[in-house]
Amino acid sequence: MESKLLTYLIFLPMVGAVLIGIAGKGRDGVSRWLALTVSIGTFAMSVPLFTRFDETTAAMQFVHQVPWVETLGISYAVGIDGISVLLVLITTLLSVLAILSSWTSVTNRVREYMISMLLLETGILGVFCSLDLFLFYVFWEAMLIPMYLLIGVWGGERRIYAAIKFVLFTLAGSLLMLVAIIYLYFEHGGATGTYTFDLMVLHKYSVDADSQSLLFLAFFLSFAIKVPLFPLHTWLPDAHVEAPTAGSVILAGVLLKMGTYGILRFCLPLFPLATAQYTGMIMVLSVIGIVYGALVAMVQTDVKKLVAYSSVSHLGFIVLGIFAMNEQGMQGGILQMVNHGISTGALFLVVGMIYERRHTREISDFGGLAKVVPAFSAVFLITTLSSIGLPGLNGFVGEFLILLGAFQANLTLGVVATSGVVLAAVYMLWMFQRVVWGDVGEANSKLQDLSLREWLVIAPLLVLMVWIGVYSDTFTRRTEVSSRHLIQMVQTRQMAGAGKSMADLQLSETTIAGRTSTRSVGEQGK
Amino acid sequence: MSDLLQAAIASNLESLQFAGPELALTISILVIVTVDLVYSGEKRALMTGLTLAGLLWAVWSIVGLYGTEPRSLFAGMMALDDFGLFFKLLMAGTTLVVVVFGIQSTDIDEKLAEFYAVLLTIVLGGFLMASSTNLLMMYLTLELVSLPSFILAGYQRHVQRSNEAALKYVVYGGVSSGVMLYGFSLIYGLTGTLDLFEVSSRIAAQGGLDLTLFLAATMSMAGFGYKVACVPFHFWCPDVYEGAPTPVTAFLSVAPKAVGFAMLARFFYVGLSSYDGTLGTSLAGQWPELLAIVSACTMTLGNLTAIWQNNLKRLLAYSSIAHAGYMMMGVVMLSSAGLQGVMFYAAVYLFMNLGAFFVVLLVADRTGSEDIKDFAGLGWRSPFIAAVMTFFLASLTGLPPTAGFAGKLYLFSAVVEGGLWWLAVVGVLNSAVSLYYYWRIARTMYLEDPAVAEPLGIPAIATVTLAVLFAGTVVFGIYFGPLSDLTAQSTTLYAPVQAAAQAMLR
Repeated sequence: MESKLLTYLIFLPMVGAVLIGIAGKGRDGVSRWLALTVSIGTFAMSVPLFTRFDETTAAMQFVHQVPWVETLGISYAVGIDGISVLLVLITTLLSVLAILSSWTSVTNRVREYMISMLLLETGILGVFCSLDLFLFYVFWEAMLIPMYLLIGVWGGERRIYAAIKFVLFTLAGSLLMLVAIIYLYFEHGGATGTYTFDLMVLHKYSVDADSQSLLFLAFFLSFAIKVPLFPLHTWLPDAHVEAPTAGSVILAGVLLKMGTYGILRFCLPLFPLATAQYTGMIMVLSVIGIVYGALVAMVQTDVKKLVAYSSVSHLGFIVLGIFAMNEQGMQGGILQMVNHGISTGALFLVVGMIYERRHTREISDFGGLAKVVPAFSAVFLITTLSSIGLPGLNGFVGEFLILLGAFQANLTLGVVATSGVVLAAVYMLWMFQRVVWGDVGEANSKLQDLSLREWLVIAPLLVLMVWIGVYSDTFTRRTEVSSRHLIQMVQTRQMAGAGKSMADLQLSETTIAGRTSTRSVGEQGK
Repeated sequence: MSDLLQAAIASNLESLQFAGPELALTISILVIVTVDLVYSGEKRALMTGLTLAGLLWAVWSIVGLYGTEPRSLFAGMMALDDFGLFFKLLMAGTTLVVVVFGIQSTDIDEKLAEFYAVLLTIVLGGFLMASSTNLLMMYLTLELVSLPSFILAGYQRHVQRSNEAALKYVVYGGVSSGVMLYGFSLIYGLTGTLDLFEVSSRIAAQGGLDLTLFLAATMSMAGFGYKVACVPFHFWCPDVYEGAPTPVTAFLSVAPKAVGFAMLARFFYVGLSSYDGTLGTSLAGQWPELLAIVSACTMTLGNLTAIWQNNLKRLLAYSSIAHAGYMMMGVVMLSSAGLQGVMFYAAVYLFMNLGAFFVVLLVADRTGSEDIKDFAGLGWRSPFIAAVMTFFLASLTGLPPTAGFAGKLYLFSAVVEGGLWWLAVVGVLNSAVSLYYYWRIARTMYLEDPAVAEPLGIPAIATVTLAVLFAGTVVFGIYFGPLSDLTAQSTTLYAPVQAAAQAMLR
């Protein structure tokens, strides 16, 4: 299926950014409306990807490929499959909501803000759609600059520190990945004679068993920083707390998923043997992350920081599901990537709304909101429950599948991970109780309830929470074939690798045996 | 004897037709000096015009010679090959840009004719450096670049730090070229020849000279190292860069460095190793290992020191030391991929580094200092300048989709292909370090509030110059196929043995 739809989708926000650059000078209203129009247009363009998606195949769809730097085997290649389709949609959706949510909260340098938002969207969509390692790397790095500006210019008090920390962490990881990409390129070229960065070609190649381990680590480190996997998570709370609301929404909703997506797209299929080798360690780390994130979240006094640490815990679940290496875990992991985008995105939006009213995020400054702003409190409640994983809402489906997978893979880790679900209920409900129930303080007594714009921002996410909670089949149907195919591919390769080393072993045994027998024959001859 | 003489004369006369670029420069220099003597009216436009014309003439004849059969010129003193021509092109291109800078700089105002004549003399020296194949010629051309550079560094006679810069430059230049000469004399003593090709064939024939030759190579490195400003011969660099007028600094940070690398590569590849056009092995001990260590130290020291700088010219000086370290990685590999990496990087470095210097020049001329503080809020005062500056900085860091990324891709590829893992990792980590200080400038421009809110008054010609450099940084970052092909075709160094072999094949 050849189509240029993805290319238009990826670059439409960039075109929008250029338009705003030209037309938005000194006219904030124009910048806002242009950005909103373009992001809605992008979202509208992404809907056919979902409706016209062929769920019976694991092959790449909507592929668009043109040669770029032919001497190096670099091509511009984009396409999606079951692993990326939902992520593309959540990106385009959250971008609209993020822009809408910053309508009144961002008042200085609106033009530059909207340009950054749209460029960021292009970068993220590019990461999710690239089918060429070089192209992927370009988007992966290019997205750093707009995110840096979003945190650094429009962020909170310690924004500069948080912004530079975010960039340095990401870059340190991704540069090692670059070396690994180049190595992979030469190894594949040396072994097959075709020098190419084309991921689909590289997927067919079995990377040399000896180099897999280091290559896997180089790729994985970069993705683990992005996820972030314990103990590489320290940049996340800083970035989240300092970022403006829209920045946090995009960061939690989509950027973190680039890490888990990278693991699925690159680490597993390219280095299956190394995956098997490190699965145990990674599962342990993700379980530590689940529990650690939850415990730290529990003692936070700042709502936003609490949500940030809860992200560390939730992302631990996703990684656990992926590395459980069975269909339930994998499906759960992919679905949970979307769920986390919806629930945590919604939480950050809700926190942003209350911050806009009170200019504080300290839990102790609130109380009794249910009496003053009932609609807001109801929305907050649904969002909280969705994040906890209440049956009937989206979080439950994902976490349930992940735990199902984890229990099959490793009982102990499964049990410990389940405690994360319990802890999540504790810290979220406790926070909710302190903010929404209780007595109304003077400062909170005159708050406005949700405006129409705020309803528009939050409503789509509420709908999705219920939809996935009640009828997740719409979504899992599309991811099923791809995730099954990925697992099969990894397992076949692992088996082949194991078989090969077994064969080597047998071969060497026979040689030794052969040599001994010859010697004994010789001795007999004497 | 007279036969030899006649042969030499014949060779020289025949070679003249291939020395178009050098002739163009020589004639231009003479014309400028003469016109300055006889014409007494307003000279600024005239001199600039003559200089630009001379440079364009040189570029035109370089392009004309491109792709000519490689050959030896002037009785073995020089070689004509695409490798040398490529670096000549870079040198001439840099100078063109710098002349355009000079028009707009307040640093360059008096004695314009001398300035241009001296500048073109350096270019002439650089052209000769890029193609020298004789040790004596190498020494002379290096001095031909160095001596006028001292004058340019001290061009602002009334400014104290400019004088200081010139003096430091002279002292370091004198010492390091002396050490280099000593190294050359050792090579001459061991092999009995000054001709690079003869040197390598005699080393190969004699054998067993590894240690002494390694010592000679190390000493020769002093001269090259001084020219490309790599550790431990870099001490002059920050002071000179800070003290010299900004256009001169921009020039010094790109042009002599590029041809320095050309000469360095030719010396080691042709003279001290057996390089067959794709791969080579050292004939003089462990010099690749030595250069690998020099490269690692250079980039690490450059980057770590740059972090602490507040004066932007100084910061860029240390950053240019680090970039010399990156380029050195390519030379270390002793492969055509490595050479291609050096050439590609030198080309993109031209655009991004000149761009960054030009922005510093524009801002410093209007605020009166080069301190990083004066960049505060530039992103809101002059969005265009700040945006392109950010792009140049991203390119210097090596972030995609900029030319700097493509350049680093080629260098790292060569290193990874050669299997020198530790060097690749050092290079990569250094890129992460460099992000910190380049980003500091971007941070100051965007995240700090300006002291004054008015935009800087930037003339149209400056905008155009910036746009051209910016275009180079973008285009070679996104569509670098053609530059890649050009550099790949230009990696063959002229060597008589190969030339003979190729002639046999035909």
